[in-house]
Amino acid sequence: MNTHTIRRILFSLVLLLGLPVLAQAQALIAGQDFGKAPNEIVVTFAGEVDRTTVENPANYRVYEAQDPDILLALESVALADDQKTATLTFKEPLNARLSHVVTISRLAEGGEGASFTVMKPYLGYLFSILVGALLINNFVFTKYLGLCVFFGTSKRKDTAKGMGLTFTMVIVVSAIMSWFFYQFILKPYGLNFLQIVVFIGLVSLTVQAVDTVLRKVNPALFNAFGVYLVLVIANCVIIAVPLILADNEYKFWESFMLALGAGGGFLLALYLMSSVRERMELANIPQTFKGVPIAFIVAGQFALAFLGFSGLTLF
Amino acid sequence: MATDKTNLQLVVNGILNENPIFRLVLSMCPAVGISTTVMNGFMLGIAVLFVQVCSSCTIALFKNVIHPRIRIPTYTLTIATWVTVIDMVLAAYLPEAYAKMGIFIKLIVAFAIITMRLEMFASKESVNASFWDGIGMGLGFMFGMMALGFVRELLGMGTLLGYDVLGFKPLLFFVLPLAGFFCVGLMMAFFNYIEIVYKRAKRA
Repeated sequence: MNTHTIRRILFSLVLLLGLPVLAQAQALIAGQDFGKAPNEIVVTFAGEVDRTTVENPANYRVYEAQDPDILLALESVALADDQKTATLTFKEPLNARLSHVVTISRLAEGGEGASFTVMKPYLGYLFSILVGALLINNFVFTKYLGLCVFFGTSKRKDTAKGMGLTFTMVIVVSAIMSWFFYQFILKPYGLNFLQIVVFIGLVSLTVQAVDTVLRKVNPALFNAFGVYLVLVIANCVIIAVPLILADNEYKFWESFMLALGAGGGFLLALYLMSSVRERMELANIPQTFKGVPIAFIVAGQFALAFLGFSGLTLF
Repeated sequence: MATDKTNLQLVVNGILNENPIFRLVLSMCPAVGISTTVMNGFMLGIAVLFVQVCSSCTIALFKNVIHPRIRIPTYTLTIATWVTVIDMVLAAYLPEAYAKMGIFIKLIVAFAIITMRLEMFASKESVNASFWDGIGMGLGFMFGMMALGFVRELLGMGTLLGYDVLGFKPLLFFVLPLAGFFCVGLMMAFFNYIEIVYKRAKRA
């Protein structure tokens, strides 16, 4: 591929991304976003608008982009004092993950209307899923999953790193496969009740495949990580992630980010815990607490610390 | 290789000597996550008991035709089948309890205790012995969960099985989900202490 082709591709990409912005600039609407409360949409108009027309809820039609037939019930519209910013309050909380189409029939008495789409920036949303799974809803410390393996392999830092990396690798691969199976086989054919069997089967398959491939392709890596592969399947997180994906109807990249966050969160938890446990071996601990009991107490303290992340909102 | 223990010994072994939660330190996720009340522990205990007994018997029946190299996937799929059964039964007949249990019923499939029992016991022993071993392990898990639930419900809310026993709430902290970590740690330390005292008394 020569430079010319690359430049052409880049140019068309920029054009493609930039077009919506150009189209928007012509409209009467300067900006739109979801409001602070879960049932609000905030619209900023390009110029001053007529108060009585804009504050009349009958002039609005709002629906989720995927169900144009279901109109969302509008409670009230309030125009701010600058006569440019209107806050639409709905009867029910909106699902901020979906894009919403808002149509205003007229902005002034006898004037023309406008239509626009409200959605969260998708990359930001993906990032918030990643950080959510990593910190806010860390699978080990706030969902209490994968604890057997967590306590078993957090004695030394090396083991913790090996287990965490192997686990992240397997969970990303198996979550993506589960997503494909769920979206294209289980859902269309109404086989939802087979979820558990199919998902755990895919996980065992992935583990078996990674085991075989690694053994042949890179024996050194296999010697380092092979022992952890068996443990992966005994970790609840690996089956919890596909079940969550299926329950929430996540799309492909959202699933990928959740799996990555779950694996990364597990790695983070293991590493933190192993750092503490290495130190604890030297400490003078009462005999009754030695080994597992004190590990549980430390994990509890980590969990308390992770509570601090709750309420952290991004984008 | 057949075990020389009687059926009763197998059951008692699962409840005391090899208690899944406090002695083998397996299947800790539910022990921490949903042991907030005695009832929760009991319900999940029933589910685990069912899955453990059924999969132990299935594997013991088919142990001679399972190729050793694919035994782990076979175990997993067997467990998954039985978990699907109990999942659908609970969802249909006890929707309230099922909602409380959340994702944990489905996660029984990844509980280390069941796979471990299949690998260590059911794949070598007769159907009869596996059945009683499964009963013992299931009951051991149930008692462990109920003991945790007992402590947490009593200390956290002052109630037992929903009935007000104490009349006040001594330590609300224990109801918080994350108190499960502290609770399990403290109870393990308590059992260790009893063991140490017992050994010392025996020696003296």
